[in-house]
Amino acid sequence: MPNEAVPKSAKASASPQTSHITRYAVPYFPGCALKDQAVGFERSARAALLRLGWELKELPRWNCCGTVYSLSTDDLMRHVAPVRNFIRVQEMGEERFVALCAMCYNTLKRSARFVAADLGRLSRINAFMDEEPDYRGGVEVLHLLQFLRDEIGFEEIESRVEKPLYGLKVAPYYGCMLLRPREVGIDHPDAPETMELLFEHLGAEAVNSPHKVECCGAYQTVANPGVVRERVREIVGAVARRDADLIVTSCPLCTYNLERHQLSITGEEKTRHGIPILYFTQLLGFALGVPEGELGLGGAAIDPRPALSQLVGG
Amino acid sequence: MGQEIMERIREANEAVITGIDDADIAHWVSIYIMGKAYRVPADITLMQAIEYAGYRFVRGAGCRAGFCGACATVYRVAGDWRLKAALACQTRVEDGMYLVQIPFAPAEKPSYRIEEEAPAGTTLLKHFPEIARCVACNTCTKACPQELEVMDYIQAALRGDLKGVAELSFDCIQCGLCSIRCPAEIVHYHVAQFARRLYGRSLPVPGHVVERVEEIESGVYAEEFERLMSLSREEIEELYKKEQREKGGLKSDDASRVTRNGQGEG
Ligand code: SF4
Ligand code: SF4
Ligand code: FES
Repeated sequence: MPNEAVPKSAKASASPQTSHITRYAVPYFPGCALKDQAVGFERSARAALLRLGWELKELPRWNCCGTVYSLSTDDLMRHVAPVRNFIRVQEMGEERFVALCAMCYNTLKRSARFVAADLGRLSRINAFMDEEPDYRGGVEVLHLLQFLRDEIGFEEIESRVEKPLYGLKVAPYYGCMLLRPREVGIDHPDAPETMELLFEHLGAEAVNSPHKVECCGAYQTVANPGVVRERVREIVGAVARRDADLIVTSCPLCTYNLERHQLSITGEEKTRHGIPILYFTQLLGFALGVPEGELGLGGAAIDPRPALSQLVGG
Repeated sequence: MGQEIMERIREANEAVITGIDDADIAHWVSIYIMGKAYRVPADITLMQAIEYAGYRFVRGAGCRAGFCGACATVYRVAGDWRLKAALACQTRVEDGMYLVQIPFAPAEKPSYRIEEEAPAGTTLLKHFPEIARCVACNTCTKACPQELEVMDYIQAALRGDLKGVAELSFDCIQCGLCSIRCPAEIVHYHVAQFARRLYGRSLPVPGHVVERVEEIESGVYAEEFERLMSLSREEIEELYKKEQREKGGLKSDDASRVTRNGQGEG
């Protein structure tokens, strides 16, 4: 199989001088939001990964993951969209791919498990999609945070840091989709530490974030914005009291809620007072020395640049 | 007026199905139009077969050339469980076909002022929130007689890729077959048209278009246009044939065929 897992020894022996040379590629599923609402997430991820020697190879003709995982066990139609993406991975001659958006990750991962659990389901889905080659099963869904931790390794990342984030206080916000249900979680459902470890390897201080595994209110933002506002008040308030400079997420919807509802609390459209929300890839890219223009920071409603620039004097 | 043009287009096509002695037709096929069996000459189009069987179109036919999308037809062939879709004017009869025409697809169409709409991906979701219901079943793609990647353009719409929608849907003739089949009840062709309009608006207007519009507005063509409008049908046909001959693009037989097809009328 091409692109097998890179042996640890190969990575260890690679010289840091070759840092900007792409040596490896991993298939990548962007998801709709990253092409429209959250372009900075994708841009920064691509740039940061290149610094680490990895190219994100976008799945050809991918389709929407389906957004929300369907809990009905007999509605196979809801799994057609994920499986079609797995077929794209299979066609690339690959056996795994990474997702960035926590929501896509969650939906795709659960669907992969759903069809793996009962081959009868899979064969019916395959029979329905008679225009596609059969999905043979076995494609592994990874979240980029997992990939950074388990495949590239935080030590390796630390060795590539060009602008250590000394003194920066960063609050992680996992939300629901990276951690629950437990079978698809990338870390412990109540006490995860992947983001904290990443921040520390980048030189930052991980701020205790007591509501980091709680829900942001998600789609309630449409019908019951008041509910989300209260959630955001709690989530952000707790890390503000601990002097967090930034909050870091992995989900466009969490980001939207945490930004927008901070603004609705302060009543300002663009503010310098709220706590900026960054994607973990933007923080990573910044520390790895990706030029600011490639991090997609400009789209943020609460500008993170003042917090970042105080670090390295510009 | 509309009826008269339909009649003339029909007459122009009659040569294919009338005036031939049945005794001279060597190959026949059996088809079922709305469940009723007919024997029709092999090798003609579905549209010609429907007329051969004695039907006369008042809807469900337009250009007869694969451009207007009026002749959407669904069918099955004996021994195959698949439901197929085609344009009646572009598809040959097959033995054992069961067919019915779907001349119209009921479709909700939002009204908008294109100049007031932001050329952004979110604008598509604002007017067509139902595209988020797509389950990626690909049924629309299988139904499309233009062989477009219909699902892919809906997926492009979902991610706000106006250019992608515009390019993937460019050859859509709005027949509605995709929308009749979609389990998510999406009206693909309206989404696509809206996206193309939005995208088109965001492109710079080419210089030659600006120049031509200026010429038209300043009246450069007014006199010639009035002269044409004052001509009779025969005079226009004559003029058309003469011009085509001068261009060398039309032999004299072609000229008569074109006129008979009513296309000289434009
Ligand atoms: S996209 Fe739909 S409306 Fe357009 S040509 Fe194809 S089937 Fe017909
Ligand atoms: S038929 Fe409808 S639900 Fe199925 S892929 Fe096409 S747009 Fe999506
Ligand atoms: S009649 Fe116009 S496409 Fe068939």
